[in-house]
Amino acid sequence: MYDPTVARLTYRALLGRRRALILSALPLLLIAISVVVRGLAGADDQTASDLLGGLALATMVPIIGVIAGTGAIGPEIDDGSVVYLLSKPLKRPTIIFTKLIVAVAVTMVFSALPTLIAGFILNGNGQQIAVAYTVAALVSSIAYAAVFLLLGTVSRHAVVFGLVYALVWEALFGSLVPGARTLSVQQWSLAVAHKVAGGDIVTSDVGLTTATVLLVVVTVLATWYAGQKLRTLTLAGEE
Amino acid sequence: MAVEHPVTAATGDQTRIHNIGYRSYDGPRLGRAYARRSLYSQSLRGAYGLGRSVKSKVLPMLLFVVMCVPAAIMVAVAVATKAKELPVDYTRYAIIMQAVISLYVASQAPQSVSRDLRFKTVPLYFSRPIETADYVRAKFAALASALFVLTAAPLLVLYVGALLAKLDFADQTEGFGQGLVSVALLSLLFAGIGLVIASVTPRRGFGIAAVIAVLTISYGAVSTLQAIAEAQNSTGSIPWIGLFSPVTLIDGVQSAFLGASSAFPGGAGPSDGQGVVYVLVLLGLIAAGYGLLIRRYRKVGL
Repeated sequence: MYDPTVARLTYRALLGRRRALILSALPLLLIAISVVVRGLAGADDQTASDLLGGLALATMVPIIGVIAGTGAIGPEIDDGSVVYLLSKPLKRPTIIFTKLIVAVAVTMVFSALPTLIAGFILNGNGQQIAVAYTVAALVSSIAYAAVFLLLGTVSRHAVVFGLVYALVWEALFGSLVPGARTLSVQQWSLAVAHKVAGGDIVTSDVGLTTATVLLVVVTVLATWYAGQKLRTLTLAGEE
Repeated sequence: MAVEHPVTAATGDQTRIHNIGYRSYDGPRLGRAYARRSLYSQSLRGAYGLGRSVKSKVLPMLLFVVMCVPAAIMVAVAVATKAKELPVDYTRYAIIMQAVISLYVASQAPQSVSRDLRFKTVPLYFSRPIETADYVRAKFAALASALFVLTAAPLLVLYVGALLAKLDFADQTEGFGQGLVSVALLSLLFAGIGLVIASVTPRRGFGIAAVIAVLTISYGAVSTLQAIAEAQNSTGSIPWIGLFSPVTLIDGVQSAFLGASSAFPGGAGPSDGQGVVYVLVLLGLIAAGYGLLIRRYRKVGL
């Protein structure tokens, strides 16, 4: 199910040349802001939770997830070079699964790791906040990468749709319409974080069981359907 | 099978040039200004998907509708309830709808320049009478105009609605004028930022994500820091923090000079002196965007 060559090519496509540098700008910004906030406000649990929840989990993880998830397959389909990959004797689901692993790994490294560092800078993991948000970032990395990888195989405008989901649906609708929060990767991962942190600083609108089931179902379904989609891929011409 | 032709050796002066009727072009040559104007109008139409496939019309038109519908609803409410004033200031509208504007810039700036880079059509443009500066100016002006249409249309809806609801004419006209100046500055700034980022990458997807990341993350970071500064009672630093993201920059300029109420935490807008700094930074950023684009296109594709 895992092909090292495909993985290596995908890593190169995602991180090759100067892309790794550009991608690491976001985590560095998060860490810089945490240092500034720690300097200004001192160690405060609520501030740490607000910053990690608002900036890291709500903005940074989805954006990195969009870049890694759609970037793992989108450009190849876009410029047509995916036919060289598809013409190799590899199962299409294997290609998708390998690309998913790579996208998940990249999202985790560039979002969960800085979240952990930022959490320790902000309040030294007081009340398990840093660990809780890191777990949330890890969990949501998997779901985001799977969903956005599927989007990359379905649409040529995957990045836009991914961002619309992440910024408009989760952030805007989620804050206005309570029902929208049930269908939000962010809330599902917060439910897991709530379980880890224990206390009531990290809260979620979704129960842990619902969240876990939905996370697993969404990830598996998205990966399976992306594999199916790649089996019947038609290469579009000019958009 | 191809028939083998015996190769006849050219002996003596058997060669001749046939006149097969090619004619040189003697029509009008429309020149540089015409080419620049065409590039501008094509880019502007392209920014709304006109002259392109149906699929590429969907997103810009959808965002345009999403931008205008809240204005129409506000007007309808104001007319129905015979309100004394509109529920939202003209200057505030773009700040509220910033997510839609950011998405529009992020989706249209890369489609305007990234595809030219990826399909290596930039040298073809420069084989025409236009020069680097013409290309940059046409693209910049086209995206800024498209953004201005996007942001000014809902203001127009609000203004017409306000007049229909018989609100005070002079008052509304002044607000509308201030709103137009504010969205014009916003259009120039966003177009500059979007194009500079998009012109660096030939990949459309990466360009979209990079533009949106710069616009939303800088806003998220700045508003978080401002909220913390307010909680720490250091309100003096709030306006200075606001300099570091495009949306708060526009917000500061319009609350200093265009009679808007600031959206900063605690309503702590910049003072007049800080307002001057805001305007300088804003103009500097627009000029820097233009300069960077010129520098980028001096080398690219040649």
